[in-house]
Amino acid sequence: MVIVFQSKPSLIAGGVVAGPLEKRSIFSQYFDANYDDERWQMKTNEQGHRKMVEEACEFAMKKAGVKKTDIDYFMGGDLINQMTPTNFAARDLDIPFIGLFSACATSISSIIVASLLTEVGASNFALAGASSQHNAVERQFRYPINYGSQKPQTAQWTVTAAGYALIGKHQEEYPSIEAATVGKSVDYGMDDPFHMGAAMAPAAFQTIQSHLEQRNQKIYHYDLILTGDLGQLGLKLLKGMFVESGIKSEELTPLRDAGAEFYGQDETFQSGASGAGCSAAVFLSYVIQQMRAGTFKRVLLVATGALLSPLTFQQGETIPCTAHAIEITMK
Amino acid sequence: MAMTFVFAFFVGGIICAIGQLLMDYGKLTPGHTLSTLVVAGAILDGMGLYEPLINFAGAGATVPITSFGNSLTHGAIAEAERHGLVGVLTGMFEVTSSGISAAVVFGFIGALIFKPKGNVD
Repeated sequence: MVIVFQSKPSLIAGGVVAGPLEKRSIFSQYFDANYDDERWQMKTNEQGHRKMVEEACEFAMKKAGVKKTDIDYFMGGDLINQMTPTNFAARDLDIPFIGLFSACATSISSIIVASLLTEVGASNFALAGASSQHNAVERQFRYPINYGSQKPQTAQWTVTAAGYALIGKHQEEYPSIEAATVGKSVDYGMDDPFHMGAAMAPAAFQTIQSHLEQRNQKIYHYDLILTGDLGQLGLKLLKGMFVESGIKSEELTPLRDAGAEFYGQDETFQSGASGAGCSAAVFLSYVIQQMRAGTFKRVLLVATGALLSPLTFQQGETIPCTAHAIEITMK
Repeated sequence: MAMTFVFAFFVGGIICAIGQLLMDYGKLTPGHTLSTLVVAGAILDGMGLYEPLINFAGAGATVPITSFGNSLTHGAIAEAERHGLVGVLTGMFEVTSSGISAAVVFGFIGALIFKPKGNVD
């Protein structure tokens, strides 16, 4: 069921920090900072990951001119076991905190919960977002980077980035969160962890279709419908599903994918970018800034997540996927 | 003589291509691929097919990991003929011991000198 926010919480600011390889992203000009060190000068990847979360939050607060003590809630997550990078960042941020896991769809599930807290009057300011760190994620889900394992062309590249939004009560001058759709866990029987885009595309399709139907909208009502990290192949599949459902392919121009565009045409990154930090970074830098500049008036952000664990795919289980969406407008 | 180089090139290449196909299309992990090739080499030698391959292609058959499986079977059979069933256990590592020891020693030296790096270290 679609959630319609009567109070229209505002997306006041976004803080995005990214790693060294992400300088090659076509979106890097919109990020607040790009670091030269993948580990943020810390000893381990996980410690660097934690630091990245803290810095993204600090950027979001600084831009909005609010202090840590003004924040009522901190909602977020990452892809590492037990979400320790985010949990440890929460320890240092010292703000009431709930960790949320929707894999790479966590940025949007966090924003939905923060918006609900704002809607019911429990929160004046809340931080919500997600992050991922390439080395840490690859080691956990596939192989350690140092091992030098081969990856097929369908594989995607986990982004090192953190994106956090500051959600507050409605204010005219900021993008408003109008509605949200919480996705189901969808499983079409895909079992290849190197082909996540294909696994996630049906989840994205279901969520977008359900959102449009219940809101009584068509794709052309949107300037942009941006999915999180389907990659080039996943986006192609998603477009194919819309065409099959009777929509003409020329009507699909608002449909884009952050992961497919993230690294441009660079073949080093195979089928494009992925990771919780991919959608979080693009949504909360490029999209917000373009909305404030007036390029986009109505946007649907659809973060997609593959809900697998390293154990489930070793045991031969298929990969359930989800997609959560928020509809944002700018006057 | 010159033809041995050509045969080595092709036979070695074919064994490696099989490994690559197992990873790309068989969806095997690198560990599974390695084990599969070792077992394949062992079975081929059990059927008496690996020795002729070595005679034909030289290093093209001895360098790939399948040759390790061949050596395991070879040692086991040779010792079993001399000492009976116990020979199966003692024989396996008699032929392969130099290879295993070399892996340990050179692996150790390599680890002392080099540090594996990530994408952007």
